[in-house]
Amino acid sequence: MNLTLERVTGGYGHRTVVHEIEFSLEPGEVVCLLGANGCGKTTLFKMILRLLRPKSGCVRLGGEDIAHWPQRRLARTLAYVPQMHAPPFAFLVRDIVLMARAAHLPPFASPDKSDRRIADEALDSLGILDLASAHYTEISGGERQLVLIARALAQQAQWLILDEPAASLDLGNQIKVLRAIGELARSGLGVLMTTHVPDHAFLYAARVALMSEGRILAMDTPGMALTESSLRKAYGVEVRVVEISARPGMRMVVPSF
Amino acid sequence: MASASTSESALECRKPRCLDGGNALALLALVLVVVAIGSAAIGSYSLSLHDWWSVLRAPTENSTPAIVLLQIRLPRLLACLLVGSGLALAGSSYQGLFNNPMVSPDILGASAGAGFGAAVGILLGFDFVAIQALSFAGGLVAVLLAWVLAAGLCRRGDPVLMLVLVGILIGSMFTALISLTKYMADPFNKLPVITFWLLGSFASITPKDVRLAGIPIVLGCIPLLLLRWRLNVLCMGEQEARTLGVNTGALRFMVIVCATLITAATVSMCGMVGWIGLVIPHLARLIVGPNHKILLPAAALMGGGFLLLVDDVARTAGPLEIPVGVLTALIGAPFFLFLLMRERGSEA
Repeated sequence: MNLTLERVTGGYGHRTVVHEIEFSLEPGEVVCLLGANGCGKTTLFKMILRLLRPKSGCVRLGGEDIAHWPQRRLARTLAYVPQMHAPPFAFLVRDIVLMARAAHLPPFASPDKSDRRIADEALDSLGILDLASAHYTEISGGERQLVLIARALAQQAQWLILDEPAASLDLGNQIKVLRAIGELARSGLGVLMTTHVPDHAFLYAARVALMSEGRILAMDTPGMALTESSLRKAYGVEVRVVEISARPGMRMVVPSF
Repeated sequence: MASASTSESALECRKPRCLDGGNALALLALVLVVVAIGSAAIGSYSLSLHDWWSVLRAPTENSTPAIVLLQIRLPRLLACLLVGSGLALAGSSYQGLFNNPMVSPDILGASAGAGFGAAVGILLGFDFVAIQALSFAGGLVAVLLAWVLAAGLCRRGDPVLMLVLVGILIGSMFTALISLTKYMADPFNKLPVITFWLLGSFASITPKDVRLAGIPIVLGCIPLLLLRWRLNVLCMGEQEARTLGVNTGALRFMVIVCATLITAATVSMCGMVGWIGLVIPHLARLIVGPNHKILLPAAALMGGGFLLLVDDVARTAGPLEIPVGVLTALIGAPFFLFLLMRERGSEA
């Protein structure tokens, strides 16, 4: 199911943050959304998730405008992975993952055995089934991020929309989380994620959308989209894109001195 | 290493909540039954086992034990159960809805509005049923005002925060109106009635009161119990809950309507009985955890039992009845402090 943005424009009140964004994504690959703070990434995400109504243009899933989809149908198609957080109550990890089943259950129902099995399978597929009975508020940041991804899996949607899944994780957890996301895309899910680290896009993304001041600056493979000149334009600093000799074809962004 | 130590600490933390949901609820129900039977047995007219037996054998008989048990204690017991369970259920739902453990069911002005309605009814010399009806209507109007004003003010931004802020405003406005009513009331016959009525008491409960107020309380409790699992999802915050497939606007509306029905009906029946809706959900969370699927029934069972015990003290401790609202505040406030200290302790 394609995720298509048609001249999407939006913002808050009289302020327009995002201008006429247009692209179409296909499931099965990781697409990274990059851009400086305040360039409109979050606003664009909110419109894709229908948390904010576009001022003009529309978001389509499989060709259909999502504006009037019922909430549950939207949640069965798009699953959102927020940045890790701490809710005020100490829920068990399994209870957090089970919340994903709200999209599949009628209003007065609560999860049954088959829902619990789906939740446990989601945890197991990310290798964190042993956390099922732990308190979400007491596990580490990397574990929490994995739990939120597991919850999105239990939602059984075709698309995962992730907000900086690697932010505030240590090196090991970054690699673990991003690898898991890559595998999910290979299994056929659509993945759109924001990141602040161009290196992550080089490593894991098939395509990159680089945003600047509410517009798409470049949309291509990481190698084509993330060039020294486009990165300078997007972030306002001089950088160099270097090839790593030990890993042919692999690139990294370093500041130019 | 790291993950091993976290799962260990998670296990330790599970200890105080050692009972699984079903067992905990069964145990709480058992405790409630014992407390209810005990509460029916004690009082200024003592009932012997023989009295119990005779009443149970011939419930319609016009003997003194039968009148005490069926006309006085049973309605009072039912009223305590309805009010205690209803307020605890409304409080737990609100704490989940507003994503804030410091919220009580009167946060949107329901009790202040109901109190004002009752005060006006007494001031105008209405009969008891009219006072109750006016009180119930006052509670609904206060929350409706808060809802409409918040919706009008909040074209964008956080709708929940706006609702709470406007609710607190409406609540304090109605509290001021209660004071105005008291100021205008005749200090020799009407002012004492208003004051005692607002303090909260079950002393003059009749079977008719229980029937009248029982209907909205039960009507409010049923949807809350049916929707209780979805409250978990709301605890993730408004936006995240929507991405998880919950129609947050409709759910919030339902919960507020139900909690308001319950709160206004309790105030119209027995005045303002505070603290239950705030303290009991905390106590229940300590025992069964935050999952609303178990938490709501647990809070209802504990709220009913707690209010029965407090009312037992209210009617037996002194030569005169102590207003039950005074007692719940006297017990509730220090108890809440204790719970907070415990929660802080387990965080450290």
